[in-house]
Amino acid sequence: MMGWLTRSVLPVATIVAAIVLIWYVAAVPMNAKRTYMMAPDDAQISLPELVEDTWSQKKPQLPLPHQVVRELKKQATFAWIWKEKRRGYKRSLIYHTWVTLSSTLLGFALGLVLGVSLSLAIVYSRVMDLSVMPWVITSQTIPIIAIAPMIIVLMAPLGFTGLMPKGVISMYLSYFPIVIGMTKGLRSSDPILEDQMKTWSASAFQTFWLLRLPSALPFLFPAMKIGLAAALVGAVVAELPSGARAGLGARLLVFSYRSETIPMWANLVSAAILAGLLVVSFGMLERAMNRRLGFRNAAEASS
Amino acid sequence: MTFIIAALLVWIGLWALNVGLARWLPERSARIVVPVVFGLTLVLVVELLVTGLDVPFVILPKPSEMFAKLITSRAMLWQDFAQTILKGALSGYLMGCGAALLVAFLASRSDFLRRGLLPLGNFVAALPVVGLAPIMVMWFGFGWESKAAIVVSMCFFPMLVNSVQGLAATNAIERDLFKTYAATPVQQLGLLRLPAAMPFILNGLKVCTPLALIGAIVAEFFGSPFFGMGFRIKTSVGTLSLDLVWAEIIVAALAGTGFFGLLLIIERSLTFWHPSQRR
Repeated sequence: MMGWLTRSVLPVATIVAAIVLIWYVAAVPMNAKRTYMMAPDDAQISLPELVEDTWSQKKPQLPLPHQVVRELKKQATFAWIWKEKRRGYKRSLIYHTWVTLSSTLLGFALGLVLGVSLSLAIVYSRVMDLSVMPWVITSQTIPIIAIAPMIIVLMAPLGFTGLMPKGVISMYLSYFPIVIGMTKGLRSSDPILEDQMKTWSASAFQTFWLLRLPSALPFLFPAMKIGLAAALVGAVVAELPSGARAGLGARLLVFSYRSETIPMWANLVSAAILAGLLVVSFGMLERAMNRRLGFRNAAEASS
Repeated sequence: MTFIIAALLVWIGLWALNVGLARWLPERSARIVVPVVFGLTLVLVVELLVTGLDVPFVILPKPSEMFAKLITSRAMLWQDFAQTILKGALSGYLMGCGAALLVAFLASRSDFLRRGLLPLGNFVAALPVVGLAPIMVMWFGFGWESKAAIVVSMCFFPMLVNSVQGLAATNAIERDLFKTYAATPVQQLGLLRLPAAMPFILNGLKVCTPLALIGAIVAEFFGSPFFGMGFRIKTSVGTLSLDLVWAEIIVAALAGTGFFGLLLIIERSLTFWHPSQRR
């Protein structure tokens, strides 16, 4: 227990503390310009006064952690659930996080289906492998934001508005790691075991279901974790050009036009919390699956 | 109707050609020819379908119109390319990846720093860092500096995680051997740790390539001078000049693919010894 504390918790805690410290120190020169701007021309500002002012401005260049936390507490209300028509509806961070989460999950599900089916085609057909694989890689070098407004324009006349275009944009980012991981996984089954399946005259489907798929899962899960994070990026980015009113990305745009920095940071922090929750809960799922497959940890699973 | 049938025929014909090519061509040339044929097939089929189905210009221009725009407005596209990719993305990419490498060297000297940075880096690499774009625009202004700044913050952590892992990729036997030869720390770094870390470092560079493009273009949505790829895309969608939007997309895709290809060539020549590069 002590070993665990000094080996993992202490270093991380030290770095986090250092970052917070640098944050507070850096806020003073970054916000100082505004302090001097607001003060009368011939005013003498002592250092303690300067520090106090820079740490408590309303629209600082760099908001302080305590300001962001206070803003989070204020905005993260569940009020929208029971009073939808009141003003609290549009301000609640939890509501906007939910909007972003829903398009993230939709995009991730679409990406998972597309990614897994593409990798099946790639593994079982050499033509697909040769023709599609390079284009899968190329697709990721096209910046999604360039496509995002196009996807929204393209899908509107087909009757898809709102959630669906955002989901497609998330899909575009999240299918890639899944194709790569799943293809690698499907090709990773032990040749000796494949020979064994042949000896037992297993059908192609049996070989796939009983051997290839289980040995691909340890590769699929880390890939899915990356895909999930990518889907979240896609969801946030998709809300920028789509004229969306709700969601973390849309709020970010609104606050940036009004240069309301504290809500902006609160928005970013809630996006970070969402990402953290997604990754952690997925990690738990992965561990449960590895245990079920009889691996003790991820390293053993992918060896 | 004839166009749709033609599209179908082109698809079937060129797919059959690809099946044949994949079977009969030697491995090396098949790896280049088959994807090119597939790409051409897609462009042709889209062209024929858009013509045949009378898809309006405001939804999807014909590929030929996109390429025509690419050529006629090349001066403007070059200006946007220089602003967004050369100034914004590339300089940020170099700074971010360079800084990450330096911190990784420091971390490889200190176990404490490595244990602290690695979990944090892994976590931050999973965050939507692109959300910092409006803040960077606020801090560094509308010019390319803010774009470079967001690219730095997007590339730093994925690159850091990869390089820290890479610099730790030597095993005890190799390090002992270097100690037996009385190698200096610099020699150990240059001859053992750095070569062993190369596959990881190049992987980090590859991961960061699309991130840099996304960051530089997204940041322009929050404020830019009156040129730049993100600015052009945003305004052209507004005026429905979609051929220009697609021309920008083609430029971005070519830039991204070209850079990625360059990295692949570097990877092949630097890490030819790695199992993944053997044929």
